[in-house]
Amino acid sequence: MAIEIVQQPSVGLSKIAVSETHGEDSPYFAGWKAYDENPYHETQNPSGVIQMGLAENQVSFDLLEEYLEANLEAANWGKKVSGFRENALFQDYHGLQSFRKAMASFMEQVRGGKAKFNPDRVVLTAGATAANELLTFILADPGDALLVPTPYYPGFDRDLRWRTGVQIVPIHCESANNFQITPEALEAAYDHARSMNIKVRGVLITNPSNPLGATIQRKVLEEILDFATRKNIHLVSDEIYSGSAFYADEFVSIAEVLESRNYKDSERCHIVYSLSKDLGLPGFRVGTVYSYNDQVVTTARRMSSFTLISSQTQFLLASMLSDKEFTQKYIKINRERLKKRYEMIINGLKKAGIECLQGNAGLFCWMNLSPYLEDATIESELAIWKTIMHEVKLNISPGSSCHCSEPGWFRVCFANMSEETLEVALSRIHEFIKRKQDRQVLCMM
Amino acid sequence: MLSTKVTCNSHGQDSSYFLGWEEYEKNPFDEVKNPNGIIQMGLAENQLSFDLLESWLQNNPHASSFKKPNTNHSIFKELALFQDYHGLPAFKNALVRFMSEIRGNTVTFDPNNLVLTAGATSANETLMFCLANPGDAFLIPTPYYPGFDRDLKWRTGAEIVPIQCSSLNGFRITKSALEEAYKQAEKQNLKVKGVLVTNPSNPLGTSLNLHELDLLVDFVSDKNIHLVSDEIYSGTVFNSPSFISIMDVLKNRNLMNTDVRKRVHIVYSLSKDLGLPGFRIGAIYSNDDCVVSAATKMSSFGLVSSQTQYLLSEILSDKTFTKTYLSENRRRLKQRHEMLIKGLQKAGIRCLQSNAGLFCWVDMRHLLSSDTFEGELELWEKIVYEVGLNISPGSSCHCSEPGWFRVCFANMSEETLILAMQRVKSFVESMVKKNNFQSRHQQLLNRNSRRTKSLPKWVFSLSFDQREVGADER
Repeated sequence: MAIEIVQQPSVGLSKIAVSETHGEDSPYFAGWKAYDENPYHETQNPSGVIQMGLAENQVSFDLLEEYLEANLEAANWGKKVSGFRENALFQDYHGLQSFRKAMASFMEQVRGGKAKFNPDRVVLTAGATAANELLTFILADPGDALLVPTPYYPGFDRDLRWRTGVQIVPIHCESANNFQITPEALEAAYDHARSMNIKVRGVLITNPSNPLGATIQRKVLEEILDFATRKNIHLVSDEIYSGSAFYADEFVSIAEVLESRNYKDSERCHIVYSLSKDLGLPGFRVGTVYSYNDQVVTTARRMSSFTLISSQTQFLLASMLSDKEFTQKYIKINRERLKKRYEMIINGLKKAGIECLQGNAGLFCWMNLSPYLEDATIESELAIWKTIMHEVKLNISPGSSCHCSEPGWFRVCFANMSEETLEVALSRIHEFIKRKQDRQVLCMM
Repeated sequence: MLSTKVTCNSHGQDSSYFLGWEEYEKNPFDEVKNPNGIIQMGLAENQLSFDLLESWLQNNPHASSFKKPNTNHSIFKELALFQDYHGLPAFKNALVRFMSEIRGNTVTFDPNNLVLTAGATSANETLMFCLANPGDAFLIPTPYYPGFDRDLKWRTGAEIVPIQCSSLNGFRITKSALEEAYKQAEKQNLKVKGVLVTNPSNPLGTSLNLHELDLLVDFVSDKNIHLVSDEIYSGTVFNSPSFISIMDVLKNRNLMNTDVRKRVHIVYSLSKDLGLPGFRIGAIYSNDDCVVSAATKMSSFGLVSSQTQYLLSEILSDKTFTKTYLSENRRRLKQRHEMLIKGLQKAGIRCLQSNAGLFCWVDMRHLLSSDTFEGELELWEKIVYEVGLNISPGSSCHCSEPGWFRVCFANMSEETLILAMQRVKSFVESMVKKNNFQSRHQQLLNRNSRRTKSLPKWVFSLSFDQREVGADER
């Protein structure tokens, strides 16, 4: 994605249009530019920049392609003669019922049947990007705040704030306890917002976490839910990576916690999901808001008019996700492959002397380079990041772009390339660290 | 607990426009299963040319199977991963070419100035976010598409101030109406950021004439504001006068290198011309780089599925197909339009003379029990419940005069349309008996029959264009 340089703002545009809250001037996006200008290719450009800043899941496409080959009608509007016509006309914001049912059942399968989902609570949106923005419009007014644990996905700055006028107040998490959310941190964030006279409307968590690559423990989920209840605010759980937990039983969804409480106080809870990560289909724009609050469901549905999923795509995926044999197989194999990739990168980094946060989910690992920083500052973090980009030729995401409160952490993606490319990247890192250590030795002589 | 957007009414969902749909849903007409049900004539869909698309799909199976033409090479993975908000280049190229073709190739569009959005609904809202701050206003000629109240105002906080148009001159936009609207906005302390027109118009079914377009360009130049032209129905112009695009006007007036050009933005979609509302394919076209840049980023919230972008890039790149489709589609729309006009004529009902769209703007003022909006709603209810037709009352389109209704003709079979016309005729006849509209109604019928004998048929529908012309018009 190229960065556009905006010339001086022209007369007559809105404040939103000329603001920088879209966040695209952050270093997170600058790394992409370096990649775009010199992209790695196994044979055509073996010394190019390897993209490790893109959280894409490319490890299970063969399974999807196999399904499509065996089910040609799914992409051709089925066997009914009027299939195309009916589908092309279908713009009902309730969404294709067969697709909503399939989504609900898929979400259940991802959670190993530990939670039930009602298709009538599934609201469809064009991606989780749209789902998160839509929920923010519904839950908060301009000037209000959502509390979000750090480090968090850089896109939230745009998705939650840009057009909504809502603010993000960070819940600071620290490496000392593996960046887990604590009740103290929750209270501190809330108090901080109140001290600035900002009304807090909710907490938004990502579980499994991006960029940590780790699931939130059940105990912590309970604490967060209790906190939201005490303060009478909402709880949004973005579970976009739920199918990417390496061990099915290590992921606990907020849905399970609610079920165990007999859905008491559940009207403050909302789940965001998408097929962009688990199924690797970001281009198809398939997201959902699942809410336990009837008024939110009704309003979200109406608002989804601005961001409906193509009926062509709904049809295809309704077919795919209704095939429980296929989805069962897919979920299992996908987890195994991601786990294997994760182990590959962790071991490779370990060999180079680099530690990562212990992760168990997602398409990336949270790498700790703080021992290699000049000093514990963001400037040093960015300096090493630039070096990695220009000398080592790897695009990774600096923790500061994720609002991490401690410098030196980096998100490194591992599922958007072949195994061979990952090996190349690991050997480059190995060389880089070795060079650094040799230089240190030289300096000491 | 929830934001003010939830509790306010700007989503517009409680308007009669949507209530009629609800009644239809409860009792939908079906030729076989429910022949006495309500016939949906409130839905501006184009169902006339699906066979053309279906046969293209049969001849080109690759396009929906993620394959490149004439190969077995699958691009599924490529497409599945493609989420670049700049859009699939092949699709944008094909779309701008199609947009040019619709305009008789008198204007060309640069794909770099095109932003893809999930439907025109999303395009219009996105443009508002880019051009207006909360509390700013856009001027819109009445009557207008009921969905605008939601699309332009709900989440943006923008306001709509109507440019009141009148049946006295066929609802054409006049200079005084524009000025009056601007004044009204000022009175309400609203900053006017632009004018938004739909061309061809929904619900009128007419394309803007050169005079109106010139007035608009002059007005936005003078006030230094934006002009948004929603051209979603541009491919449905089935009669003369031919469609004049706002871009044409800028070109012909040598305004292509001026500031004004940068303040003109077009909205388009494939929902009406190609009849594909489910696929969510919309676009914003702007000559202002900042608008393009901001809108592109905003499109992240409503991207077009790459699966669908690919399918449409293949369809629209087929020049032979698009040429045939556009002309055949227009021919069929024209024929349906005539059927509706004639059918209503037989019941003594006139329509605004129109040359485009998927609907007619029907004059039922003579059937009102009182010349009020209450009278209009009363008549509408009768039509929904007694006649069994869901049509859209003018008040839901913010028409300033009661008695006008939008009636769609392209979303049903010919047989169903004929049946609908029969029902209307019976209804009017029964009303005449009941309410003694006899003399007025008989007058109309007599006038009609006299006219059809001595004048060419097309004059018949020109019932009121010969009224007084306002002093400010050329």
